[in-house]
Amino acid sequence: MCLGIPGRIVAVTDAARMMALAEVSGVRREVNVACILDGPAEDLVGEWALIHVGFAMARIDADEAAKTLQALHDLGEAQEAAEAMAEGAKALEGQG
Amino acid sequence: MKYATEFRDPKAAKAVLARIAALADQIGATRAAPVHIMEICGGHTHAIFRYGLDKLVHEGVEFIHGPGCPVCVLPMARVDECVEIANRPGVIFTTFGDAMRVPGTKMSLMQAKAAGADIRMVYSPLDALELARRSPGREVVFFGLGFETTTPSTALSIQQAAREGLGNFSVFCNHITVPEPIRALLDDPHMVLDGFIGPGHVSMVIGIHPYDFIARDYGKPIVVAGFEPLDLLQSVLMVLTQIRDGRAEVENQYARVVPEHGNPVSLAAMTDVYEKRPSFEWRGLGEIDQSGLRIRAKYRAFDAEEKFGVGYAAGPRVVAEPEGCACGQVMTGRIKPTACPQFGRGCTPEMPLGALMVSSEGACAAYWQYGGARAPEAVECPEIVE
Ligand code: SF4
Repeated sequence: MCLGIPGRIVAVTDAARMMALAEVSGVRREVNVACILDGPAEDLVGEWALIHVGFAMARIDADEAAKTLQALHDLGEAQEAAEAMAEGAKALEGQG
Repeated sequence: MKYATEFRDPKAAKAVLARIAALADQIGATRAAPVHIMEICGGHTHAIFRYGLDKLVHEGVEFIHGPGCPVCVLPMARVDECVEIANRPGVIFTTFGDAMRVPGTKMSLMQAKAAGADIRMVYSPLDALELARRSPGREVVFFGLGFETTTPSTALSIQQAAREGLGNFSVFCNHITVPEPIRALLDDPHMVLDGFIGPGHVSMVIGIHPYDFIARDYGKPIVVAGFEPLDLLQSVLMVLTQIRDGRAEVENQYARVVPEHGNPVSLAAMTDVYEKRPSFEWRGLGEIDQSGLRIRAKYRAFDAEEKFGVGYAAGPRVVAEPEGCACGQVMTGRIKPTACPQFGRGCTPEMPLGALMVSSEGACAAYWQYGGARAPEAVECPEIVE
């Protein structure tokens, strides 16, 4: 849970709440982008960020993101993050 | 993916390893009298074992595995308090999956769930918030756990709950900070440390200056590092270079992610929501002054400790570690996990006795998984060794 994982912001879902849809290792989920916002939320679409427990914590460039993802796949962390996201979705349905 | 190959280029790794070896020889480090470098972060511990870096570096460089895994330093009393809250009527207790198997004095959260408590694993405090919105008749408690990397996420979630007036959401706050335990370790007369590898993702939030005291007051080098094998090797090289030159500075190897002064939005949210506790208990290390955070009075309505009258609010609380467990000695670098009498006997990842065996970032689990328990020859590092 302590390592951030790179994800790409694909859409803004709720600009007032600073929420956006991010794609992380093939899984899409809503994340909070307050920490990386420095203009209109729409500008973030297409950008890569280091996502940590559902919060985008730092912007990273695409090369950097690819490299970090590769390292996290080796460490098994990317898989773990995807599974944790699935768990989170289940918890909301009351099956977690 | 061009950098991906660059960062694990065997030639580059070999070159760095050769420079590490030359420096280690130059400063007279040997297997019998090694340079002790503590990697503070559990993520680094995991990476060091995963890539076999401890076996690849010169024998005069020894890694000491620091207290930087929040699951591993979670005291049994806090797990008991989680179970107590989870068993209250109407409560939905939400937690990161990592914390499910940490043993309490009677049971883990996993066992409490099996016994009927409504405990749910979530990926993010945002999931807990959403659960509170959807379950107005229930009390949704989020188990806030982690260092400065995770703290902003619960701070921002509490702010959001306050904005929405979400009265059935609260956080059981167990957030801890990195600098204070490092100070405690440095003050320990038995501790022999020559330098530090600093936690990159903590510094992404707090910047590099909270470590200034390590260099200034204790004269030890610290290099804030990324999580790639080459990041770690380069950081070792930077620490050794400082030692050779007689310098003690805070250096930033991970500048591509870590801003010198951290992330202002995260820092502002943390300051708004949290304040320091006078002291907080760490498994294996005991109570450490100013090392934990609690929710400020203005957000009291979202503080599970206040809401349910448990934890530090409930009075004195001392719980011993399980018998035969050497977690404290491992965490302070006095012994290696394999020297614990329980290692692989009473304590395995399937049936952990101590918390260092629970998380893949714990030193004991890392030893178990990546070869500490097996012959060193069995460990290889395919990414780096040609
Ligand atoms: S082997 Fe188990 S009991 Fe021994 S130090 Fe490690 S976690 Fe603690």
